[in-house]
Amino acid sequence: MHGHAEVITHHDVHHDEHHVHHHKETFITKYIFSQDHKTIGKQFLITGIVWAIIGGLFSVLFRLQLGFPEQTFPILETFFGRWAAGGVIQPEFYYALVTIHGTVLVFFVLTAGLSGTFANLLIPLQIGARDMASPFLNMLSYWFFFIASVIMFSSLFVHTGPASGGWTVYPPLSALHQASKGSEIGMDLWLVSMAMFIVSSLLGGLNYIATILNMRTKGMSMTRMPLTMWAILFTAILGVLSFPVLLSGAILLLFDRNLGTSFYLSDIYVAGQILPNEGGSAILFQHLFWFLGHPEVYIILLPAMGMVSEILSVNSRKPIFGYMAMVGSLFAICILAFLVWAHHMFVTGLNPFLGAFFVLLTLLIAVPSAIKVFNWLTTLWRGNIRFTPATLFAIGFVSLFISGGLTGLFLGNSTIDIHLHDTKFVVAHFHIVMGVASMFGMHAGIYHWFPKMFGRFLNHTLGYIHFWITMVGAYLIFWPMHYEGLAGVPRRYLDLREWHSFNKFDDLNKMITVVSIIVFAAQLMFVFNFFYSIFKGRKVRTPNPWGSNTLEWTTPINPGHGNWPGEIPEVHRWAYDYAKDGREFIPQTEPIGPNESTDH
Amino acid sequence: MQTTFIILILLLGFLITFQIAKASEYVAVMRGEEKSRKQTNKINAFLLLVFLILGLIGVYYCNEKYGGKILQFGSAASDHGHDVDNMLKITLVITGIVFVITQIILFWFAYKYQESDNRKAYFYPHNNKLEVLWTAVPAIVLTVMVGFGLYYWFRITGEAPANAMQIEVTASQFKWEFRYPGKDKVLGKKYFKAINESENNPLGQLWEDSANKDDIYIAPGDPMHLVVNKPVRLIINAKDVIHDVGLSHFRLKMDAVPGTPTTMWFTPTKTTAQMKKDLDDPDFVFEISCDQMCGVGHYKMRGSIVVESQEEFDFWMAKQKPKFYLAHPEKDPEAMKAKADSSNVNAAVVPQKNN
Repeated sequence: MHGHAEVITHHDVHHDEHHVHHHKETFITKYIFSQDHKTIGKQFLITGIVWAIIGGLFSVLFRLQLGFPEQTFPILETFFGRWAAGGVIQPEFYYALVTIHGTVLVFFVLTAGLSGTFANLLIPLQIGARDMASPFLNMLSYWFFFIASVIMFSSLFVHTGPASGGWTVYPPLSALHQASKGSEIGMDLWLVSMAMFIVSSLLGGLNYIATILNMRTKGMSMTRMPLTMWAILFTAILGVLSFPVLLSGAILLLFDRNLGTSFYLSDIYVAGQILPNEGGSAILFQHLFWFLGHPEVYIILLPAMGMVSEILSVNSRKPIFGYMAMVGSLFAICILAFLVWAHHMFVTGLNPFLGAFFVLLTLLIAVPSAIKVFNWLTTLWRGNIRFTPATLFAIGFVSLFISGGLTGLFLGNSTIDIHLHDTKFVVAHFHIVMGVASMFGMHAGIYHWFPKMFGRFLNHTLGYIHFWITMVGAYLIFWPMHYEGLAGVPRRYLDLREWHSFNKFDDLNKMITVVSIIVFAAQLMFVFNFFYSIFKGRKVRTPNPWGSNTLEWTTPINPGHGNWPGEIPEVHRWAYDYAKDGREFIPQTEPIGPNESTDH
Repeated sequence: MQTTFIILILLLGFLITFQIAKASEYVAVMRGEEKSRKQTNKINAFLLLVFLILGLIGVYYCNEKYGGKILQFGSAASDHGHDVDNMLKITLVITGIVFVITQIILFWFAYKYQESDNRKAYFYPHNNKLEVLWTAVPAIVLTVMVGFGLYYWFRITGEAPANAMQIEVTASQFKWEFRYPGKDKVLGKKYFKAINESENNPLGQLWEDSANKDDIYIAPGDPMHLVVNKPVRLIINAKDVIHDVGLSHFRLKMDAVPGTPTTMWFTPTKTTAQMKKDLDDPDFVFEISCDQMCGVGHYKMRGSIVVESQEEFDFWMAKQKPKFYLAHPEKDPEAMKAKADSSNVNAAVVPQKNN
């Protein structure tokens, strides 16, 4: 322990050599209660992968119901008993699946699994630090996430089932035990799990901010940082400022559920019973929820944007185009993210005048987003592009971000949102722009930094197959879904057969289900590749396999706790001197040459 | 059995793919890693181009196949629906152009600038003019979209005309109830603690309010009736959890929130009969869908609307009986009259039913 304390205080690069390697590590301190940021990053990643498999499997199950509502699957009854009585997914089970799929994918996979993994892995390595500002808090951050995971997982096994009111858990549905089975103990577990998760994400976020601001190595000014660092910094700021609001919202909901308060409840007659609550506002919860919920979208998206910027630049062998504009647009998105939450609430009876401001601010986000897209395109222009699996996923990210970003212009405009709100159009939109795009960013990051994590490569052939199935599949699943939304098909409908207006999409829903099963199988193949390659993958033989400028590739192939065996290198330039003065790449550690052009 | 079979096949496919992938690594080593890497690079660049072309064809095909199923896009059944459709069209054109151009650029660049021994990457870190250009152009285009959007938004959310028909909608777990104000055109007061289903008062109407005496109640399952080309203002309530009145053919939607009534108004422009004729569909019906997750029966919380001429509406309305008389049969003048008739015949006085 004392070794780490010194690491924290003596981050001055020239004075803290070697001692970090001397303390003995047991299996427990090395792999379980580890304070090494790299191990914590891997812990986040592997936990995230486990949740991604669960969440993905759930989506396949409810897609089975959506695609084949008339068919029975006896095997489901074997596994799920009364929840799939007669081989048919029961409505209560369907809603539980949808709810838990949303919750774990948004929070456990794309927040903890994405930010947790890459912030922990990359911050110290890319800014040149031995570890995070507080390795102990960092370890706590993971273990709070772990507790949250255990509680959420256990909620799947309670008698009345897990939460089933949708991942947004709007009260009064989520507040009233009588309103739904999922609003029994499963909902309390959901709320407690989220509270633990929020603690985890606050501990992590504070750590990320402190580390990036204070522990950069000599010469690493803010504007020399790789864009991944900027993205993670803004992500952490967003999380630290918005998650507490959700925490308060969740605690008030716990009070309403269990202590008889009326924060969200008023004028309720449910299940033949008149409740005494008066004066609460159900809409208040939506404000609290979306004050986090919207920034959350960017908490998920920004790290992916940062990694995509880095990966596109490295693999086109060209500097990222418009570095300052990229930082500026990240900043603009970060600010605007706090000012648009009510665009999720255009049809709640919101004052139309207030709605108008949210329309304006929401559509304003398209400007920094457009800057980012054009800058990525220009980064590819006249490059010399190597299509590693990471590059392909990064290009896929840009494509999906364009598609999903543009459909955002439909939903952000309140007039159109009146028709499209809570339809399949919304489902298609946010899966493309937030879900799949960020997942692509995460995959890109994993393929790119796997060699740094484990000293081995992922199998690239499997990587290419993984990419192509996922890319084609993502569009096949979500593109036609927009048409269902335009026809007004509401989300969270598990059977459209009784509806005269909505029952025209049978063949489409079947196709989507079949494709989603194939895509899920491709993800399982990736998971297999991941675990196989940790032990048996092709070994990395050079410290800098991608010819990258950033600091993480100046460490040994398998860096120990402390990252650099000797001094932490000093930085002399920004991270993007590719193709400069006829040289393929110039690492950040190389001093500016006497005849070097000063342009950047 | 079938499921097991499918799983087995998947597993087999899995194993084969993995073996091929594994073998490709060895082959790469034998052939020289650099050479085989360059070959895969070419293949992937080519596939990106193929993806672009097939993708654009797919977008077109998808539109051909499903465009006709989106509820008469462009001819919504209400005036506000027209505004929504117009805004949709404007947005569709603008985003469509941007979509096609940017996707083509993205995949074309990826293909064109694939790694080649003959080219060196171009050091091009920034260009302020370009960046100002692509900040300004989206900003201008978005201003146009915000302008149109807000123009329509305020038209749709503005005050209802004074002659609008008032109808109260009450949503509760998984049904819709409606209330018409009756001849006085005023909806009587109600209070949730007065709800009493066994005493024929499912909405909690306060009978001491005389405005309640002529209010017409439409029970769950029965359609709401509207008059074509006559504005209607819905006053929307919920009893238990949040619901949402979704009117896809009218392109309208409003949440029903317990404790906080909301409103929405529009003018239906097509009758049900006309829709049946237009769509050549004798079973056509305007549906009300619940669009806010409300529990286990959410997906079948279905209501319906009949849009008809004023005469048809008046005829229907004349047959409705105010809820007050159903809850208080002793005060119903018709029932009294009937009873008076019957007591003339039978001298025994039946004690008034009081449940």
